[in-house]
Amino acid sequence: MAVALVILVAGGLTWALWPSGAPAKGQDVAIPVVDGPAGDQHVTIDATFFPPASGGKAPAVLLAHGFGGSKESVRAQAERLADQGYAVLTWSARGFGRSTGEIALNSPDYEVKDVRQLVDWLAKRPEVRLDAGGDPRVGITGGSYGGAIALMAAAYDSRIDAIAPMVTWYDLADALFPDATGRGPVNGVFKKMWAGIFFSTGNGPLSPGLSPGGGLTSGGLGSTGPGSTAGGAGNGPFSSGGGRGDMPPAAQPMTAQQVRCGRFLPAICDMYQTVAETGRATPAAVELLRRSSPVSVQGKIRIPTLLVQGQRDSLFPLGQADANARAIAATGAPVEVAWINGGHDGGDSEPDWAGDRVSDWFDRWLKKKADAPGAGGAAAGSADVAGAASGGAASGGADAGGAGAAAFTVSRDGGRDPGTRRPVIVHATGGGYPGLSGSARTTVAVAGPDQQVANPPGGSPAAISSVPGFGGLLSGVGGNVGVALDIPGQAAAFESAPLPRSTQVTGSPTVQIRVYGTGEATLFAKLYDSSGGALAVLPSSLVAPLRVTATEAGTPVTVTLPAIDRRFDAGHRLRLVVSTTDLGYATPAAPAVYRIGLASPGLTLPADPALDAPATGPAWWTWAMPLAAIVIAAALLLAGRTRLAERGDRGNRGESRTETEPGHDDVPLVITGLGKRYSNGEKAVDGLSFRVEKGQVLGLLGPNGAGKTTTMRMLMGLILPDEGEIRIFGHPVVPGAPVLSRLGSFVEGPGFLPHLTGRANLELYWQATGRPAGDAHLEEALEIAGLGGALDRAVRTYSQGMRQRLAIAQAMLGLPDLLVLDEPTNGLDPPQIAEMRRVLKAYAARGRTVIISSHLLGEVEQTCSHVVVMHRGRLVSAGPVGDLLGATTSGNGSGPRLEDVFLDLIGESR
Amino acid sequence: MTPATKTTGAAAGYAPGRTLPLRVEIVRQFRRRRTIAMFGLLLALPWILVVAFQFGPQSGNQQNALRLSDLATEGGLNFAAFALSVSASFLLVVAVALFCGDTVASEASWSSLRYLLAAPVPRDRLLRQKLIVALGYSAAAVTVLPVMALVAGTLAFGWHDIRVPGTGEVIAAADVLPKFGIVIAYALVSQLVVASLAFLLSVSTDSPLGAVGGAVGLVIVSSILQAVEALGSIREFLPTFWNTAWLDALAPRPDYSGMVKGVALSVTYSAILIALAFRRFRRKDVVS
Repeated sequence: MAVALVILVAGGLTWALWPSGAPAKGQDVAIPVVDGPAGDQHVTIDATFFPPASGGKAPAVLLAHGFGGSKESVRAQAERLADQGYAVLTWSARGFGRSTGEIALNSPDYEVKDVRQLVDWLAKRPEVRLDAGGDPRVGITGGSYGGAIALMAAAYDSRIDAIAPMVTWYDLADALFPDATGRGPVNGVFKKMWAGIFFSTGNGPLSPGLSPGGGLTSGGLGSTGPGSTAGGAGNGPFSSGGGRGDMPPAAQPMTAQQVRCGRFLPAICDMYQTVAETGRATPAAVELLRRSSPVSVQGKIRIPTLLVQGQRDSLFPLGQADANARAIAATGAPVEVAWINGGHDGGDSEPDWAGDRVSDWFDRWLKKKADAPGAGGAAAGSADVAGAASGGAASGGADAGGAGAAAFTVSRDGGRDPGTRRPVIVHATGGGYPGLSGSARTTVAVAGPDQQVANPPGGSPAAISSVPGFGGLLSGVGGNVGVALDIPGQAAAFESAPLPRSTQVTGSPTVQIRVYGTGEATLFAKLYDSSGGALAVLPSSLVAPLRVTATEAGTPVTVTLPAIDRRFDAGHRLRLVVSTTDLGYATPAAPAVYRIGLASPGLTLPADPALDAPATGPAWWTWAMPLAAIVIAAALLLAGRTRLAERGDRGNRGESRTETEPGHDDVPLVITGLGKRYSNGEKAVDGLSFRVEKGQVLGLLGPNGAGKTTTMRMLMGLILPDEGEIRIFGHPVVPGAPVLSRLGSFVEGPGFLPHLTGRANLELYWQATGRPAGDAHLEEALEIAGLGGALDRAVRTYSQGMRQRLAIAQAMLGLPDLLVLDEPTNGLDPPQIAEMRRVLKAYAARGRTVIISSHLLGEVEQTCSHVVVMHRGRLVSAGPVGDLLGATTSGNGSGPRLEDVFLDLIGESR
Repeated sequence: MTPATKTTGAAAGYAPGRTLPLRVEIVRQFRRRRTIAMFGLLLALPWILVVAFQFGPQSGNQQNALRLSDLATEGGLNFAAFALSVSASFLLVVAVALFCGDTVASEASWSSLRYLLAAPVPRDRLLRQKLIVALGYSAAAVTVLPVMALVAGTLAFGWHDIRVPGTGEVIAAADVLPKFGIVIAYALVSQLVVASLAFLLSVSTDSPLGAVGGAVGLVIVSSILQAVEALGSIREFLPTFWNTAWLDALAPRPDYSGMVKGVALSVTYSAILIALAFRRFRRKDVVS
């Protein structure tokens, strides 16, 4: 056992300390590019190139970083892709990191032109596989800002073969000015907190990464890194905005323009300042934002696209990915959509799973496994290993091999890992992406009277749904649980009856409401999951803002609620809340009162029944291990039994041999060739043979260590002889042999339960034999014990002699045909010894047999009819006491004494 | 002498299948101070906890900190869940290890084992009867604590619906009561590993303390290893890893997958350990 443990520990240490392969080494390069509307602006892009670990020519991946980040924020993902056999180029976008230039929000005139020149650069690298001269095999991936450049570049550069944009936008104008009634960004409600964070991040080093590439940290914006110093130091063109703490202090005072706009292009800066001041989008602003959005290049993206969007994302909600998916799928290009758990609002961004999904995507469309089977297989293998090693909370094991097969994947709450108590995510997959209106719809009636809601002056206090950058603080640990706060008097609530069965919602529910009043109302609709408990849950903390012109007759509007994936349990209620304020949005400062009512009682809930969560059935080992264990257990027991049976066979053969001797059944004890070794190999009993006839009182004599007790233990079936056999009344003795029921024994001291009385001990012992109470002859035995009133005291209060007598009484229970007593007179006083002698003689006179071991020679001489002398495990002499005494004559002429004979026999005569 | 006893050589009225009846073994174990003290403690603990909760100030910020301990005074069911959660990791382990680890080793240390075997009680039967009784006592120990906690909690804090830690959701008491049965059953099964290890040690040593201590020690080592996150999914196969999985049964949306894994692991370990115990005892030289 200890050896096994040592081997286990040593193996574990070796495995743990074995040097792992060195990560791919990146080469820092500065790539000069020319961009601008006129193609006259010179910018130096700071990039890092990771050659493929597999060597040779490999497909390339352009890996873009998130807003506020730099090429450093995607280094880990780049190394991983390089290990999987891609030539990876990461770069800091213009205006970020050590790249020069100004932020133009992924404008076709600036960032897109830069990326085209990066593709040119890749085409010249010897490590990059080419589709044609100057046309490398290349994909782009990235998160948020980096995801948008993937989409934009794909539209403007036909050399790009596949993209995997994550948590990004379709229409930046719509993302910043959403309107749930579908009337576009000009009518939209300004998402002021997110917009502020978005633009201030580009302004200065607020955060090391709004969304660092594919490796969205769950901290998101909430975690301000080492680079977040107050004062916005380092806005100069050569500094590393949002760098890794290596920022030089501002050498010279910044100009007013620098303070105002940071590294933004002035045109964008001006636009932002205008809309942020008024809270309304101007057509010019919408035009500018859309130039940077895939909405402006509809129909131009015709390559395989994997869209990964976050469910906990109030900045770029699922609707943005939905619009991208529809636009790209319309061209006939393959599109797959994955809704991961986390997003810009926190949650679990599942970097391992998303990373695997992206590399599977590129394996499929860039490596086209058929023409690079070796590399592809190796890459997939290492991806699996990486996923398994990272293990833990992020992903359940069931989806390790499933990624890549499904057109639509939704990360769902898989409960908690019972061991770690951490949330587990399961990935439900479907064969097709149904869109936000779902592939099936159900209608649930909600009800409630018309309710007055007030818009507070100044828009404060405001209801809280999600706080950009602090999403993780409001929600529980992971999961889609969001706790939201409504201000009384500002919110109208409409509730459904308890759901008769659990309802899975995947997509955007819709509802029709009516807004009574005057003027333009800004409202926020949200759908709670109310379990009747104190806290209703706002799924993903998402709200749908809408702007509507209220009329006295009531303006009917159809509200598209935020897209979610959530199961509403049976018995829960759906609660529609329409509120006048939300902390994250710009709301009118003027006080007003509106009346909200339902235009139609039906709440339409989309679903996608085709979505199939992977079988969360028990892991294979939950049934295999117990089965295997039971088989092993049975084998252990049967193997043990077989060996015992062999031993029994030997005994049976012996029986058939000796069966020929007539009357053998009546011989109380026959010992033949008995041998037993100690564990050190020394023989305790060696070739012992003797027999005891009925009516004999046999004395077993020998000095300490002669093997008397060992013999008696073998007689009782407590230890197994190594050789030879013992027969009691003709039956071989094995552990638990039924013939032992005719043996009464007292060997090596009494054995009682100390907490029970003497009487209870004897009674329970007899009951343990399972024999009829009447056969016990308890009173006779108790008489021999002679304990009197002490019988009803606990044995632990007994003296040594009392226990001794009780033990002999126990041995005599049932009046056994063979009584074996080891040193029976130890601890008895002389009258008791005399009594005991009389009892034993009388016992044998009734045709029973008594074996006594003793080293008190006088005792044996007076009690026994026969004697067996043992020394060092061997038989020295056996026979009637008289014969033994008669065989030798004493040297001093007096009558022979047993003591002299004994000492003579064992060779230690004086 | 009847024909049957003629062939086996047994005394009249002796039958291996009638030796050491369960009733006898139960009585032999029950009158021990140790048994009575352990049950006394398990029965008293809920009341001690009730008294303890009367002291501290009632926490007012129940909106934020919804831990099981904060919810213990919400009602009898919450209190019972709390009592089980605080005792399952150690107290019940000790109780189970005591009943199963002591059973054979104490007989060996009193020397009464050899007289039982020479009675003769066949070795497999002796072990089987002792195992059944020890498991019975263990089951009683694991059951008696939450049941008494339920009684004490209901008397002290009333019969209310259960509030779930974390989200604070409320589940009707009537719905939870059957689940509570599942929880207790799972707690029983998850202690099976401790029981069978203690039993194996009990068969292997003459020192009751060694057997009990060894089993408790293993639980401690396993709990320590469980805290090492670097072990990753290997930890899932530690015998104590799933011991708290019963909490999932009380969730608003009960999830039994962890409990299934826990049961599988528990059955696996116990089957092998108990088989080893039988095999070992069958071939052992009893020298105590």
